[in-house]
Amino acid sequence: MNDFFIILTAVLVAINCALLGSFLLLRKMAMVGDAVSHAVLPGIVIAYYFAGDKSSVFILIGATIAGLAATLLIDFFSRRIKIQNDAAIGITYTLLFAVGMILIALLMQGNADIDQECVLYGDIALINFDKILIDDNLYIGPRAMYVELVASVIVVCSLVIGFKGFRLISFNEDFAKSVGIKTSRWHYFLMALVTLTTVVSFEVVGAILVVGFLVIPPATAFLITRKLVPMLVISALTGIFSVISGYFLAIWMNVSITGMMVVMAGVLFGFCFIIKQLKSHKTLVSQGFDQKLREI
Amino acid sequence: MIWQSAIDFFSFKDPNVVYVVAGIIFINSSAALVGTFAYLRKRSLLADAVSHALLPGICLGFLFAGEKNMPALITGAFITGWISIFLIDLIVRKSRIKQDAAIGIVISFFFAVGIVLLTYIQKNGNGNHAGLDHFLFGQAAAISKNDVILFALVFFIILFAVVLLFKNLVILSFNPDFAQSVGIPVRFIEFFLTSLTVLAIAIGIQALGVVLISALIITPAATARMWTHHLKKMIFIAIVISIFSGIAGSFVSYTRAQMPTGPWVVVILSLITFVSVVMAPKGLLRKFFIRKKNENKINDENILKTIFELKGFSEPEKNPIFSTLELTEKRMFDTKKLDAGLKRLIRRNFIQHKEDHFQLTTAGKKEAARIIKLHRLWEQYLLKRTRIDADHVHSGAEAIEHIITPEIEKELERELGIEGIPEEDY
Amino acid sequence: MKQDIHSIEVHNLTVSYDGKPVLWDIDFNLDSGKIIGIIGPNGSGKTTSLKAIMGLLKPSSGFVKIFGKSLNEVRERVAYVPQRESVDWDFPASVLDVVLMGRSKSQNLFRRANKTDMDIALQSIEKVGLTEFKNRQISQLSGGQQQRVFIARALAQQADLYLMDEPFVGVDAATESAILELLREMKSNGKTVLIIHHDLQTVSDYFDYLVLLNTRLIAKGTPPEVLTRENLSNAYGGQLTLLSKIVDLIKQNEFPVREKGFDL
Repeated sequence: MNDFFIILTAVLVAINCALLGSFLLLRKMAMVGDAVSHAVLPGIVIAYYFAGDKSSVFILIGATIAGLAATLLIDFFSRRIKIQNDAAIGITYTLLFAVGMILIALLMQGNADIDQECVLYGDIALINFDKILIDDNLYIGPRAMYVELVASVIVVCSLVIGFKGFRLISFNEDFAKSVGIKTSRWHYFLMALVTLTTVVSFEVVGAILVVGFLVIPPATAFLITRKLVPMLVISALTGIFSVISGYFLAIWMNVSITGMMVVMAGVLFGFCFIIKQLKSHKTLVSQGFDQKLREI
Repeated sequence: MIWQSAIDFFSFKDPNVVYVVAGIIFINSSAALVGTFAYLRKRSLLADAVSHALLPGICLGFLFAGEKNMPALITGAFITGWISIFLIDLIVRKSRIKQDAAIGIVISFFFAVGIVLLTYIQKNGNGNHAGLDHFLFGQAAAISKNDVILFALVFFIILFAVVLLFKNLVILSFNPDFAQSVGIPVRFIEFFLTSLTVLAIAIGIQALGVVLISALIITPAATARMWTHHLKKMIFIAIVISIFSGIAGSFVSYTRAQMPTGPWVVVILSLITFVSVVMAPKGLLRKFFIRKKNENKINDENILKTIFELKGFSEPEKNPIFSTLELTEKRMFDTKKLDAGLKRLIRRNFIQHKEDHFQLTTAGKKEAARIIKLHRLWEQYLLKRTRIDADHVHSGAEAIEHIITPEIEKELERELGIEGIPEEDY
Repeated sequence: MKQDIHSIEVHNLTVSYDGKPVLWDIDFNLDSGKIIGIIGPNGSGKTTSLKAIMGLLKPSSGFVKIFGKSLNEVRERVAYVPQRESVDWDFPASVLDVVLMGRSKSQNLFRRANKTDMDIALQSIEKVGLTEFKNRQISQLSGGQQQRVFIARALAQQADLYLMDEPFVGVDAATESAILELLREMKSNGKTVLIIHHDLQTVSDYFDYLVLLNTRLIAKGTPPEVLTRENLSNAYGGQLTLLSKIVDLIKQNEFPVREKGFDL
């Protein structure tokens, strides 16, 4: 029963990240997703501190502010001060992450909920200890899962309703501007969705590994298909597969669950990459080719 | 309390402190050195990727050596670091995936592998893995004497290489195509430079941890860039900033044991960056002052011009007398700016203040005539070389006379073929 | 009834970037129903002028009027075709997808494409000769075909004024004549086309009116009027070194390009 909720929550995380990550990939903003996921840390820590227990709304608001702050800071640095753009991203997010780590050390002494390592790569089994009890004994399910569900609904609805807009600004932003579309609004809305997803997933899969869910499944899908809707679907499916296989492998090997999930995503990516290479070189694919050969 | 700690720390009574400070100096100098070239070659983000990719290498090194053996860890880190770079390049070359995504894929994958290995070691290990997780965030306090020797070695290798290849590195950083064409072995040097970068990052992890080490590579160089164009100065400034932040960060870590070093170094480094953004030659403060200076110059010269236009033509011999009212009638001046400008002009001896009016001095007359001549020259240039409606010429020339240097003035005269024509004929 | 309004009026337009004037005090008025070319050396501000007209860049001074009005009032009548290389053609979309984007406006962004949109898109695809490719992925197209897709998208917008940035670059001869044919047809339907062109050889054959730029306006008029030796040497022959020296000085010294409060 527990297994089920953990997996389901992770599946929701994967779907969210896969869908949003696809648009980030197409807009060549993969690293901005990385930056936001690091930058939300101070906001999350502060919110945790003030909110006492893990009451999500505060965390969401606090972290969203931090995430949007990161985007603005990066913008400020690269446009006004003319530092190279990638350097600007690097400087900003490491700073915010560092601030977050210091806050953890300062504020959360002895608080097992959010020690430093947990912050980095989450600990998904923890969510089972946090359940919503309604009517005394009715077990509904882990709170994190519900939060994730709400976030997923928001993300999916936004993407479906705004599909034309997101696609347009991803393909040709200047053209969109030329027909009068307020592209910066769309951009910031996308950033807000990414921040939301990152914050909500953070508890479950940690900061750095969120990036794995944001980038790898969409990249895999990009290798496989040349159409947008299939790409979105395939990246979600890839994410789901990584989650499920990663979970069981991790339990079996007694290692980090979320780490393993991202590893599986990478394995899948590598697998598809190699297949494409072999196909394009018109070589036969050997039968027992189920183990990914990643290096050399 | 802090004061006592400071004394304890800096008097180096405690040999551990000596090791820590020495280690930091070598680590940070190495990072700043390679970071400068990474910045110039626009490879800062790659440094970020590589640092995440070192984690699995460290774990593998540990597994291989069976204990926390520094050279083994660093070798492992070096290997996986290089593999990650290779893979990023491979992905970009062989698929439609662009560089930013390739970096993201490799970073997260390698890091995830590292985490898996780390948890494997922690859960299945035999206890001598203690401190391995310090590689995540850095704990400079754990630097031992042997570590320092290793770091020093790496630093000197890097320094030696940079000094040896300096000229080539400069050309390569600023103009890779040119470098290729003059026979510089670009690929070899890039390979070498990248290796040095990976090495510097590998040793830096001890102090700063995997996540934040990229800041040590990127930030000092980016900040130093704001202070100078000269490469040597830039390297020097980057190293100084880097060492300072490193020592300050470890000092904080020393006084409060639960504070990991890495974040503090980054925060101090960023503070220095913010200060630089404001104060540096390319910074905001300077820009503000330069703008103000320009505004004043323009304003003052416009005052002189207006005076001349008012009176200078009708009374060429005398030094024109005028009142502020006449000035503002001829041209819209902001009263405050006008007053300030007049004061400045008096100080420069271009104007004299008599009881109820002002008078242009001879020096002032000359200056005004010079400005008007420049204005006319530029007008003529525009009319000759560009297509501009006659009624627009005047305003177009308005701003430019203030910036024309004597050397450009000569060129203008030459170009328009009016060298040697006396000023009266303008 | 054809009105005698200028299609585009550019007045005292100055656009700066990174402290330098990229376009400096540009003035021109363009008629309607003509094919007009903007020419000039690389880096002379041609793309900047198009972007300024389209409102994609903010001028530091001056203004632009389209059909006598501001851009926002007449957006529906203007279509913009960016440079082909400004888009990543690996994007997952088909020819039809891209051309349908031409039917998007801020008002219908949340609506699916309806039958009219589809018909117009298909017609536009037909006009550029890509009907058999309509479901092909754009990453599988040649340079010339990609350019045609962009033009089809513009046609789908059913505008009166078309702005195109170097549509003939890297395009095969067949596509070039096809586009030209199309432009002439558009002109005979009263449309106005403004094109940034890169090739001096073909300029006289293609255009009714020319604007020659090199940061400043060098010349404007019919091709014979503009393509004089003097004008060309002014624009291309390195005669403007003084101008570029001044431009550099402006940037180095953080000078304002125009004095405040001095706009006509």
